Amino acid sequence: MAKKDDNVSTVRRAKHGWVLTVFFSILSVLWISPILVVLLNSFKRKAYIFTHPFSPSAVSLSEGWDKFVDGIHRAMCGWLNYSNGLRKTNFWSCFGNSLFITVGAVLAIVICCSMCAWYITRVHTKVTKAIYVLCLFSMIVPFQMVMFTLSKFANILHLSNPVGIIVVYLGFGAGLSVFMFTGFVKGISLEIEEAAMIDGCTPLQTFFRVVFPILKPTAVTVAILQAMWVWNDYLLPALVLNVNKYKTIPIAVQYLKQSHGQIDWGAMMAVLVLAIMPIIIFYVICQKYIIEGVLAGAVKG
Amino acid sequence: MEKAMKKYSPIFLLPTMIAFTIGFIVPFVYGIFLSFCKFTTVTDWKWVGLQNYTKIFYVNGKLDTTFLHSLWYTALFTLVSVLIINIVSFVIAMLLTKGIKGTNLFRTVFFMPNLIGGIVLSYIWLMIFNSVLSNFSKTIVSTQWYAFWGLIAVVCWQQIGYMMIIYVAGIQNIPGELIEAAKIDGANSWQLLRHVTLPMLMPTITICTFLTLTNGFKLFDQNLALTGGNPGKMSQLLALNIYDTMYGTTGWQGVGQAKAVIFFILVALIAVVQNKLTTSKEVEN
Repeated sequence: MAKKDDNVSTVRRAKHGWVLTVFFSILSVLWISPILVVLLNSFKRKAYIFTHPFSPSAVSLSEGWDKFVDGIHRAMCGWLNYSNGLRKTNFWSCFGNSLFITVGAVLAIVICCSMCAWYITRVHTKVTKAIYVLCLFSMIVPFQMVMFTLSKFANILHLSNPVGIIVVYLGFGAGLSVFMFTGFVKGISLEIEEAAMIDGCTPLQTFFRVVFPILKPTAVTVAILQAMWVWNDYLLPALVLNVNKYKTIPIAVQYLKQSHGQIDWGAMMAVLVLAIMPIIIFYVICQKYIIEGVLAGAVKG
Repeated sequence: MEKAMKKYSPIFLLPTMIAFTIGFIVPFVYGIFLSFCKFTTVTDWKWVGLQNYTKIFYVNGKLDTTFLHSLWYTALFTLVSVLIINIVSFVIAMLLTKGIKGTNLFRTVFFMPNLIGGIVLSYIWLMIFNSVLSNFSKTIVSTQWYAFWGLIAVVCWQQIGYMMIIYVAGIQNIPGELIEAAKIDGANSWQLLRHVTLPMLMPTITICTFLTLTNGFKLFDQNLALTGGNPGKMSQLLALNIYDTMYGTTGWQGVGQAKAVIFFILVALIAVVQNKLTTSKEVEN
């Protein structure tokens, strides 16, 4: 009797699971459909984007298959939007700026903040205590509070270029990163470090040969969180950078609207696809680290 | 060991501290100072006391409600987005922890929009909203409520996957014996949810609530790109209102800075309340 009951419940569970799988499959397709719509429209002529946003054709299917196929030929324009978009935004230079700033800022943040965090957890003075409290405090300050003064000072100090903005990112991102690193350093036992020092390592050697390898998981978390922030950030680079010379991808997208008053939606669709592509590729490759990193960041932050 | 390290303090501390001073400390302190001044750039300030703060609400003896409007618009927006995002992501997380086929794929898909930045995300939706609404000769900025629900849809799409990941982790951390024990005691699924799952998830719920709360309060990119504050500043959230005051009208930088200080105090209050709630929970446990 008991055995029979078990069988029934397994069957029922499986049936239930099957329904849920179908439900979530449909929901998943709907979930990414906005991106698919943009992809579809990036190959269509401007005139048909708003009149037939969800169809590849300029004619609706109800008017017959032949007319529908004919409508596809009329609506599609190949890579025209892409060449327009690339030209109008000077996309590859923006992509280069975004990549350079993101990689530079993330490297600077990971190296400098882990060094700082190790030092302030191991050395107990009033200064290190004050630094820790300041880092905590900076985490709750919204960017609007400092945007005006920060951008003016960056200007005065000649930081309005892709190299200079890395310093600004290191400064504004230091709070969260130092906080996350200190949380981890507190858990490392002192003995390993002391042994290294007694064997004649200088503090720098101890840090890079002994401590930093142990810190790697946190370093990956910090790197992913900061990379997501810096790559997608709009307001800080828009205010700090000299935007006539240097644009990042979000700035290029926003300026595609402003410079013409009206938006060239064909070019916009193509630029949006180009802007999303690197993110999706990066996500597919480092998916595991990204989700773990985000999780660790959310729980600690 | 401390002694040996202290000799190296410049190498360890200076890079971060110099950048931190430039990127945070000086702009923050100077920002508070400038909120009491009339200025157009950082060098030509003139002390005016509290005039900037009164100008937020009173202009030429008349009541100015733009800031108050954006304050309650932001509060309402935050409330609605917190509720929808948390409820939907919790339900999805519950269903995705039943061990059905394809769970990992679904999680990957739902999380993806979170990686796309606010500006890019908003233009994707602007195109979709406006193409649908054009059938009714409307746009997303026809009224402030179109803009409101448009913004809600965008932040939901962006954040539901993120919160779901956190909820899934929380649900998976509930010890299985606890649920088994409740089932043996004859709890039905509603009782199980109400008396076992939800209480055990309280720390996760607190985290997600405050993350969505601060995200909603500080929202800027989506607001700028999707509605630009239109129609007529009616869909301006606080962050955009501050930006608009500071860079949209000359001579109003001081008022913008004063608004920013108020904004900072509000965000700080939320953070302090969160901190109190989380630490008191930890003591209980």
